[in-house]
Amino acid sequence: MTFSEYFELLFSDYTLRTITLGTAVLGAICGMLGSFAVLRKQSLLGDAISHAALPGIALAFLITGAKDTNILLLGALVSGLIGTFWIKGMTSKTHLKSDTALGLVLSLFFGFGMLLLTFIQKQPNANQAGLDKYLFGQAATLVEDDVRLMLIVTGISLCILLLFWKEFKILLFDADYTKTLGFNTKFIDVLITFFIVLAIVLGLQTVGVVLMSAMLLAPAAAARQWTNRLSMMILLAAIFGILSGVIGTAISASQNNLSTGPVIVLVATVFVVFSFIFSPGRGLLFREIRFRNNRKDLQLKKTLQFMYGIAKTHDNISHPHAIRILNNFQGFTKKSLQQMEDKEWITLQGQQWALTHKGFNEAMNLYNKTHD
Amino acid sequence: MTSPQIEIQVIAAIVAISCAIPGVFLVLRKMALISDAISHSILPGIVAGFFITQDLNSPLLILLAAITGVITVVLVETIQKTGLVKEDTAIGLVFPALFSIGVILIAKNANDVHLDIDAVLLGELAFAPFDRLILSGMDVGPKSLWLMGSILLITVSLLFLFFKELKVSTFDAGLSSALGISPVVMHYGLMSVSSVTVVGAFDAVGAILVVALMIAPAATAYLLTSDLKRMIGLSIGFGLFAAIGGYWVAHVLDASISGSMTSVLGLVFLGVYLFAPQKGLLAVLYRQKQQRTEVSLITFLLHLNNHSEENERHINHLNEHINWQKVRSKTVVDLALKNNMITIKDEVVSLTDKGNDFTQRALEYILTNKDERIETMKDDFFLFRG
Repeated sequence: MTFSEYFELLFSDYTLRTITLGTAVLGAICGMLGSFAVLRKQSLLGDAISHAALPGIALAFLITGAKDTNILLLGALVSGLIGTFWIKGMTSKTHLKSDTALGLVLSLFFGFGMLLLTFIQKQPNANQAGLDKYLFGQAATLVEDDVRLMLIVTGISLCILLLFWKEFKILLFDADYTKTLGFNTKFIDVLITFFIVLAIVLGLQTVGVVLMSAMLLAPAAAARQWTNRLSMMILLAAIFGILSGVIGTAISASQNNLSTGPVIVLVATVFVVFSFIFSPGRGLLFREIRFRNNRKDLQLKKTLQFMYGIAKTHDNISHPHAIRILNNFQGFTKKSLQQMEDKEWITLQGQQWALTHKGFNEAMNLYNKTHD
Repeated sequence: MTSPQIEIQVIAAIVAISCAIPGVFLVLRKMALISDAISHSILPGIVAGFFITQDLNSPLLILLAAITGVITVVLVETIQKTGLVKEDTAIGLVFPALFSIGVILIAKNANDVHLDIDAVLLGELAFAPFDRLILSGMDVGPKSLWLMGSILLITVSLLFLFFKELKVSTFDAGLSSALGISPVVMHYGLMSVSSVTVVGAFDAVGAILVVALMIAPAATAYLLTSDLKRMIGLSIGFGLFAAIGGYWVAHVLDASISGSMTSVLGLVFLGVYLFAPQKGLLAVLYRQKQQRTEVSLITFLLHLNNHSEENERHINHLNEHINWQKVRSKTVVDLALKNNMITIKDEVVSLTDKGNDFTQRALEYILTNKDERIETMKDDFFLFRG
């Protein structure tokens, strides 16, 4: 299947439409809530929670014996929340650092989940197959009900986000100040954490536990490079998330043997790399260009300063001097002199240069630019 | 016990020990999550190595995968140095990308590769004894036993050789550079050892459970001691216990060995987390409660000290004045009485000589903030011990 076929099929084929819509919605909610995770320096919380959700899924199955997606996700949500609060408890009550706490919850919960899963597999119950799709995620198993659930959750979290916008924002940037203003910081914190966990749990079925963290992080990290405004960042992250979902699904559908989750993650990573390099404000490329321009500018000004030192000993500041006498000062080239003439700082005549009034004033005021 | 059973336990024990040793240093250096990143991102290295060697236990594959692990660390540090994102975000971006590449490589070559993502991620110890190493026609034991054994040997000898260097560079990077021990070399040395260990162990216990074997014993030990040698010893002990205990739990439940090893580790950690004598949750909560009472006690004594008039010192007045609940006031008054700091006569509270003395010293401490004022009080109270 080629790309164009894919887009033709998109509107006629039920499975394809469901999957594309599902990954797009997932990308949107992950981008939105992931922005908070990244800014709160909880980037790896997603990784820990997605792993911690596994025993919940297995236990929910063991208790109910049914493979209803909603019940399994409810189990995942509960065990994800337990994991989150244990991480918080560990870092606040003991001297274990957050990285250790995250790693512990991640691996211990996952290990327990694996124990339960293998235990379930040995049970005489034909219904158990397919639980391991939560490990790696299978977007292909999405049905309309799942997408509807995702849409509802996205809608609710969007409402909550708008309703508590001010609180979320202020807690994000100055938690202590928020407390002094009389906001219930604990409640706001729990609320935002709850929705982050919810987004992670929703993504498990599509991209699986391992890659869920990238779903949460990558769009937000990419969006962060383009803006310094929270609202803009969340919007951009949601857009990046949607694009990663749709493009990833398109690529994986147009090839054989390509699972959707990894492709979506790779597409999101491409967005990140692109943003790292090409974003105008923070990007590496423009930073390097700015850096070089500054250095060149500095060279010119150093030359000018040296010329100023010579010229100010003369009554007539525009008295021509031989270029030769600049030889003591190494930092000039023919090209840089030419550039200085372009700026009208000096005039060049044959092998001689002369400072202009503009250049003289520029050099004189080089160190008190504040009065500009 | 049959001979495969013994072999499985020996392999599990060796894996646990060789993970616990680098784990201690990762936890102390606040780099625990690097082990998670490495364990995932070695996947493309393993796949590439497998294409070349067609053997999951070949040294070349281990080497390639370990190099991928070190590359992960370098990538994370490069991204971090740009200052565009925080370190944890850098980790979270790098390893899923590399893992995805690995998954796609496997999926695209599914037909001619006998390599399963499940196996990479989860491992299966139970099959380890069936992959034998045959040397000149002689069966010398399971391959993974030899592999992990040599990794353990290397790790232990490096630990003994560089213990001092590791210790100083872990706790004080500045001092270590001043002494001529490059923290960078130690850092990458540790990263390389961790990578090799993760790669060696993934076959037996899987990529994610390696993380558990590295972090959990070290974190558990860290809650019990602040001595590096003891911490290493305890971690090895916990690792061993989990390896043997986990095997028998799996045997009874007929479930995954690595899963039950991790679960045993989890239970041990949970127990220590709750009940560790100094740093456990219950000890911390108890200490915080004591401290709260003691702060109240000092407030109460200062209040008595400030007021000589009787109505201010009437026992019923205290409730409303300092605004405490009844139970709380009773606890505080009882504590003060027990320590002979106050006397109550006709419901009027007065400071005794001891109470007066104590209050003066507490006051001096509050005013000067010098520790020697409270040296003598330390025995009586939790508050001044921390």
